[in-house]
Amino acid sequence: MLKTFPKGGVHPAEKKLSASRPIEVLPLPEQVSIPIAQHIGTPATPVVAKGDSVRVGQLIAKSNGFVSANIHSSVSGVVESLDPILDSSGYKKPAITIKIEGDEWMEGIDRTADVKKEISLSAEELIVKINEAGIVGLGGATFPSHVKLAVPKGKKVDVLIINGVECEPYLTSDHRLMLEKADELMVGIMVLKKVLGAERALIGIENNKRDAIAHLKNVSTGYPGIEVYPLRVKYPQGGEKQLIKALIKREVPSGGLPIDVGTVVHNVGTTLAVYEAVQKGKPLVERIVTITGKGVKNPGNYLVRIGTPISKLIEAAGGLPEDVGKVVNGGPMMGKTINSVEAPVTKGTSGVILFPSKESLRGEAQPSCIRCGKCVAACPMGLEPYLLNQLAQRRLYDRMEPERVVDCMECGSCSFACPANLPLLDYIRLGKAEVFAMIRARKS
Amino acid sequence: MNKLLVVSPSPHTHSGESTSRLMYNVVLALAPALAVTLFYFGMGALVVTLISITSCLLFEYLIQKFLLKVKPTISDGSALVTGLILAFNLPSNLPWWIVVIGAIIAIGVGKMSFGGLGNNPFNPALVGRVFLLISFPVHMTSWPLPIESRMSYINAVTGATPLAIVKEGLGKGDTMSVISEQIPSHMQLFMGTMGGSLGEIAAFALIIGFVWLLVTKVITWHIPVSIFTTIVAFTGILWLINPQANADPLFHLLTGGVMLGAIFMATDYVTSPMHPKGMWIFGVGIGLITVIIRVWGAYPEGISFAILIMNAFVPLINRYVKPKRFGEEVKKNG
Repeated sequence: MLKTFPKGGVHPAEKKLSASRPIEVLPLPEQVSIPIAQHIGTPATPVVAKGDSVRVGQLIAKSNGFVSANIHSSVSGVVESLDPILDSSGYKKPAITIKIEGDEWMEGIDRTADVKKEISLSAEELIVKINEAGIVGLGGATFPSHVKLAVPKGKKVDVLIINGVECEPYLTSDHRLMLEKADELMVGIMVLKKVLGAERALIGIENNKRDAIAHLKNVSTGYPGIEVYPLRVKYPQGGEKQLIKALIKREVPSGGLPIDVGTVVHNVGTTLAVYEAVQKGKPLVERIVTITGKGVKNPGNYLVRIGTPISKLIEAAGGLPEDVGKVVNGGPMMGKTINSVEAPVTKGTSGVILFPSKESLRGEAQPSCIRCGKCVAACPMGLEPYLLNQLAQRRLYDRMEPERVVDCMECGSCSFACPANLPLLDYIRLGKAEVFAMIRARKS
Repeated sequence: MNKLLVVSPSPHTHSGESTSRLMYNVVLALAPALAVTLFYFGMGALVVTLISITSCLLFEYLIQKFLLKVKPTISDGSALVTGLILAFNLPSNLPWWIVVIGAIIAIGVGKMSFGGLGNNPFNPALVGRVFLLISFPVHMTSWPLPIESRMSYINAVTGATPLAIVKEGLGKGDTMSVISEQIPSHMQLFMGTMGGSLGEIAAFALIIGFVWLLVTKVITWHIPVSIFTTIVAFTGILWLINPQANADPLFHLLTGGVMLGAIFMATDYVTSPMHPKGMWIFGVGIGLITVIIRVWGAYPEGISFAILIMNAFVPLINRYVKPKRFGEEVKKNG
């Protein structure tokens, strides 16, 4: 019996169209627009001005406080503007637009493919390196990684968990990374282990990626304290709390963090970025992105410079299909729709999915909840989505707090499972925002 | 690339599950029992079933169209299920106009007066059945005998149900060894060779339906299994104390409406709890009340009342019995 998390979960069709497509390098666009807020926390502060020449890997916006991240130029060229651009949220957000000239990298960045295994720096020096490189969680949450690596006094991390689950349908960037960059990944894990002082590192991978599991099991024998675990396929296993429960049977308490149960979770993409930052001196300027969807001519996985317009990625995959109705940044369960394909790829873009018009609109909602309980059975947090939905519709927000709405991670399993097609998560999000506002008001 | 794109919050995909698919799977699950009842009760079963289904669909349509003035939703299959289950709860020789009254009460009072599908606190078919049982006690407790009344409707040959025979016998002071000669064997009970309402008789056909409901994930096992377990445990204790004054647990499981009630009526989504913990409380309650009515009550059978009584507790159960939240049992160690 394979490990998995016990409570809730759903089984969306996997649709991993691009799983067998090796990672290709996306050609450079004419210009990139790099938003200064690509992470959770305070936006970075630009340190370049219009007209400045920049090189790849040069710092262009500086981290602003503890929960923030540096931003580096992903290309070489001239800063064309610091004006806000339409990003993938559909709103205008401050960004640095750079017109590309050549491909000049900063000195000290090792661009060879040699795997450098020896870790010479101390734990403190490693954290500084990771912080400087502007690394954030590349699974999609974009939480600054150095914050997760700073173990507070009195806490101890005995197990490091590496997230290779990729439980969202369609996405294959982590899968390809595990197949093609296994040694780099292992060194990255050794770096993280050293920083955290963890004795063991467990890599969790869903059993629909058997080639990756076999490959990593094989490669990991050369590295002490790294174990690979296949997991039973179930969404949302890539959720931090679910993965911890699945692998080491510990439950992160409500409102708590993984570190409260002696662990830290990092995505495989993040771990590779850590390797590159520490061992190769390369800041986070590019990432692997899956471009896929029904009707896409050549679904694939590309190494993309941050700030590249999503339209370039679509072009590489064979262009925008005739009947495209929806473009999703991320997976189909938790991704966000974008309203313009000119929005840039950011640190959090794990994939871009094109949906045909027929699949773009939601099915018609039935007039009423039939109280079947499928949402309750699907919720991995043990909440009652039907109830939260009702309370939010009736604006009884004060009753939503004791029903633990703040534990909702918006995985979408409830809406996915609802036979009446009710927009459960829409109302729960609304209620959650109101409850967070109430909590903030109480604190101040 | 200046195309207008759909913008919507996640998730962007759906399981494909729908209310009507669930309802039609219930209909499919009822099909084996329907086939069996047509075999045993023939004509009468056919007439009662058709009248019940047609009137339930018709009243739902009329009420939605002309009284509530909303778009009729009879195609969702829920009125069809109510019609079938109501018919399954009636004797096969029930005059057609009583069936029609049962359908009006089930759909009109049991379902629509509360706002339609999803809002009714009580199982509509059972509301209809219990109304008829109280209003037409003679008609509702004359049970045609299987097979011999196959070709007749109103003038079918009738007889008592095994539960009624046991109740009467024990009431007279007979022992179970005497009574057991007048009732069918366990095997006959399992195959449905007994008097009873038309859908409750054949345990094996209902169990096939149960398996179908589990396989298609329409219901979970919790409610039926908790009811069965409670009935077996409760009647088992009584039987062990005095096997001459109490029927054995298997007899209780195979007779009356236990199979039909536990598998198809207690599991009605709208009127049962939302998650396993609540389902267990609900099922144990139904099992206890059923046995209490059967053993000490005035009626030989009690599962209809038991389900209705426990239906009334469902809002309370949902309000106060919460699923185990993630991260509940662990103390924060920081």
